[in-house]
Amino acid sequence: MLRSSQPLTGPNRRRCREDEMLLGTILDEGERGFIIDTRSAQAAKQARMTGGGTEPKSSYPQWRRLHRPLERGRPLQESFAKLVEACSDPSLSMDRWLGRLESSRWLSHVKAALSTACLAAQCMDREEAKVLVHGAEGTDTTLLVTALAQVILDPSCRTLAGFQGLLEREWIQAGHPFHLRCAHSAYSHARLKQEAPLFLLFLDCVWQLSRQFPFSLEFGEHLLLSLFENAYASAYGTFLCNNEKERSLCKVKESTHSLWARLNRPEEQQKLLNPLYSHNTLVIWPSVEPQSIQLWQGLFLRWIRPSQHLDEAWAEIQRLVEEN
Amino acid sequence: MEHIRMPKVENVRLLDRLSSRKAVVGTLYLTATHVIFVENGSETRKETWVLHSQISSIEKQATTATGCPLVIRCKNFQVIQLVIPQERDCHDVYISLIRLARPVKYEELYCFSFNPKLDKEEREQGWKLVDLNEEYNRMGVPNNYWQICDVNRDYGVCDSYPTEVYVPKSATAHIIVGSSKFRSRRRFPALSYYCKDNNASICRSSQPLSGFSARCLEDEQMLQAIRKANPGSDFIYVVDTRPKLNAMANRAAGKGYENEDNYSNIKFQFIGIENIHVMRNSLQKMLEVCELKSPSMSDFLWGLENSGWLKHIKAIMDAGIFIAKAVAEEGVSVLVHCSDGWDRTAQVCSVASLLLDPYYRTMKGFMVLIEKDWVSFGHKFNHRYGNLDGDPKEISPVIDQFIECVWQLMEQFPCAFEFNERFLIHIQHHIYSCQFGNFLCNSQKERRELKIQERTYSLWAHLWKNRADYLNPLYRSDHSQNQGTLHPQIAPCNFLYKFWSGMYNRFEKGLHPRQSVTDYLMAVKEETQQLEEELEVLGERLENLQKSQLGDNKVKSKQQDQSKQLRLSTSNNSLANTPQEYSNDLKSFPSRSPSQGDEEDSALILTQDNLKSSDPDLSANSDQESGVEDLSCRSPSGGGCLPSEDSGKDSDEAVFLAG
Repeated sequence: MLRSSQPLTGPNRRRCREDEMLLGTILDEGERGFIIDTRSAQAAKQARMTGGGTEPKSSYPQWRRLHRPLERGRPLQESFAKLVEACSDPSLSMDRWLGRLESSRWLSHVKAALSTACLAAQCMDREEAKVLVHGAEGTDTTLLVTALAQVILDPSCRTLAGFQGLLEREWIQAGHPFHLRCAHSAYSHARLKQEAPLFLLFLDCVWQLSRQFPFSLEFGEHLLLSLFENAYASAYGTFLCNNEKERSLCKVKESTHSLWARLNRPEEQQKLLNPLYSHNTLVIWPSVEPQSIQLWQGLFLRWIRPSQHLDEAWAEIQRLVEEN
Repeated sequence: MEHIRMPKVENVRLLDRLSSRKAVVGTLYLTATHVIFVENGSETRKETWVLHSQISSIEKQATTATGCPLVIRCKNFQVIQLVIPQERDCHDVYISLIRLARPVKYEELYCFSFNPKLDKEEREQGWKLVDLNEEYNRMGVPNNYWQICDVNRDYGVCDSYPTEVYVPKSATAHIIVGSSKFRSRRRFPALSYYCKDNNASICRSSQPLSGFSARCLEDEQMLQAIRKANPGSDFIYVVDTRPKLNAMANRAAGKGYENEDNYSNIKFQFIGIENIHVMRNSLQKMLEVCELKSPSMSDFLWGLENSGWLKHIKAIMDAGIFIAKAVAEEGVSVLVHCSDGWDRTAQVCSVASLLLDPYYRTMKGFMVLIEKDWVSFGHKFNHRYGNLDGDPKEISPVIDQFIECVWQLMEQFPCAFEFNERFLIHIQHHIYSCQFGNFLCNSQKERRELKIQERTYSLWAHLWKNRADYLNPLYRSDHSQNQGTLHPQIAPCNFLYKFWSGMYNRFEKGLHPRQSVTDYLMAVKEETQQLEEELEVLGERLENLQKSQLGDNKVKSKQQDQSKQLRLSTSNNSLANTPQEYSNDLKSFPSRSPSQGDEEDSALILTQDNLKSSDPDLSANSDQESGVEDLSCRSPSGGGCLPSEDSGKDSDEAVFLAG
């Protein structure tokens, strides 16, 4: 699986020999590959007007392009804000609640993200084909898809260590602009142009996987909540800045502590581990039917509904497993 | 058998809902009690059995090039889509099924032919498992305030009530009879639940025949008697579970509700729960959403909201919470009624009791609760769930809603119930299946006339025998969630109500978490127990050996054998993971068939196969989300094959090629 940003085809349908060669060498003779473009066909076409575009079939004959539009940017932030608002509104009747949940469209975004990641995974696992994923910039929905696809495909990404490695690779080092994207979160009225909860969407998707496959992830909800918090505001330098270059300029590694170091301390790890985990070598294929995708209560209702009874249940699960 | 025009049809295709291109070919059989589809494939020959009683509707669709489609919708939410090659055959099957699914006599029902090979003594014992007298004694009655009343011993006062009810000590026979004349269907106020800690009680009745201005001295005295039976409070609540408008409209028909001016010391309260027609329509709409092919998230949420189903569930729950609070926190008695006092009243009283008393959250207690508030108090099972062919307007998912309320509570309080989701699903299944005699007819009187207990078997005994499958591993009677009353969050709480896909999408395996945490934890618990017992035995032996000073090597190896048993369980997941249809447009690549036999998800029940060597039925029939289906019924032909009462469609290979 590869990722990139959009080709700069532009209105004049420019070509680039080197780019074509690069993609050509990846595939064997007669082999086909898939390009998953996370923009709609129309959006991708329109991108040409501003210098971007898509890979034309004639120049990249062995690659088949699929469009799977995923929401990003301002609309995604709006979706997040609307959901949080609906969750905290105590006056809603049941009908209005479902309506507000639906009109936030957050769960639709979760469904779309999971479906696209599954599609990428399917291309690789079932069709044994190579996949190139890109959107516009290659820093948002692209990373969402590639990271999720790896959680689905690769059991080692589901271990605690493997997941951390995945985050480092596919989000941090790949250049997801955390500083811009995780600025003020859902309650702010500022509505910054660059703010968007892609990383949260990724964590939500991972949570859906953990719910559908309770034995397959070495970590539990705690880790995901912790990551969510630290992406926005952290005592650690892991999620600072927007890319490796900036981190290097700001001397992040020299002047801050790493979140991973903290999380990997034995006392901390205990809280993060999933007592039901049992290593398996499977590919985990989630159901993306609407009934299978649920609101992540642990995050969105964290301060609104008491988690006491559920915590007690987890404690009981832990106890049962440990006693054994 | 005279209704069966065509007992056997070959080359029938059974379609899968999620992936309509996938069909299995097999043979369709019609028997006196079941519809059976047997797959043709030589290795599996998977069978799908559907009881006629479960059939809710049959739809014959327009003939296409591939054949004549027939859709069977069941009361347990199974939907079976068949394609029968010849239109003529399809028509015969259709006509036969229509008749078979609408029996006119009780004797046609399966419970009268079902034979679990138990002797007469065992059958009787089975019926005695749940004893309501014992239950009332457990509650603490009869006592100084409450006494048993036999004024209805020949059903002379109220034919939908049981022969024995509990009434306040100060309610004389005269008062009871007088009150019954002033209540719809003669359903006078009687005790449903008594709280011995504070003497508060929940009583139930039907609406008073008050019209605009009628009064009845005895009825007023009856309510006073209820109040006096609780010296700790100087008033009682009267809760009318109907919407105010409906109750008011009833006045024009000479019925209505209690006027606070006429009844001393009552506080009257409406809690609007809609009537059976609204509920029937609500379920219908929700099922339509479930039948959508590849719905978007929007379609689903809009459909769910539009049906109003969760709103109704919440309304029932809120009513139960109100009553539980009144009893537990305020120490005030409550009289509950709706129109006839056998639908919403039953729902609300049983939810309230469940919240109040941890006993009803045990397996036995739950059976007792249903027996008390639903069976004995004359809930009209026949009319509501269509045992026999009847008025379609009487059909309504009343007890289904109650069962769902219990599930919603289980989700909020995972440690508080001794039983698990599967228990609820199986109970719902059998309310409709008519395989056991518990839920037949409309009243105790009718059941006694038909001699149900002598001619059929009790579901409770069957469930009790298999109780190991129904346990909740997280339950501990000494857990904090089980001391006293449950307090569900009141507001905000809309988000706490979830769509119950385990029930309404029960037969769609692809939808559910592929790994059953409940079963795994039960196995863990069992193994721990086994190991502990083994440890004890070994400990004793060691002591003895040490005394006799003989070294014994056998001890060590046995211990190791035991611990090997469970470890393998979770790694046996390889079979169930196949992707659903994620994409519609990969046209140019041929779809690859799965490299492994993805068929049988049943092996995914992690440990049952490995640990439960006792009952072979279990492992053969386990499906991943509901575990054990009904097993001990035999086919009428005595073939002894095990029915699997699920549609048998396992998760599918990804279909790349789409039209």
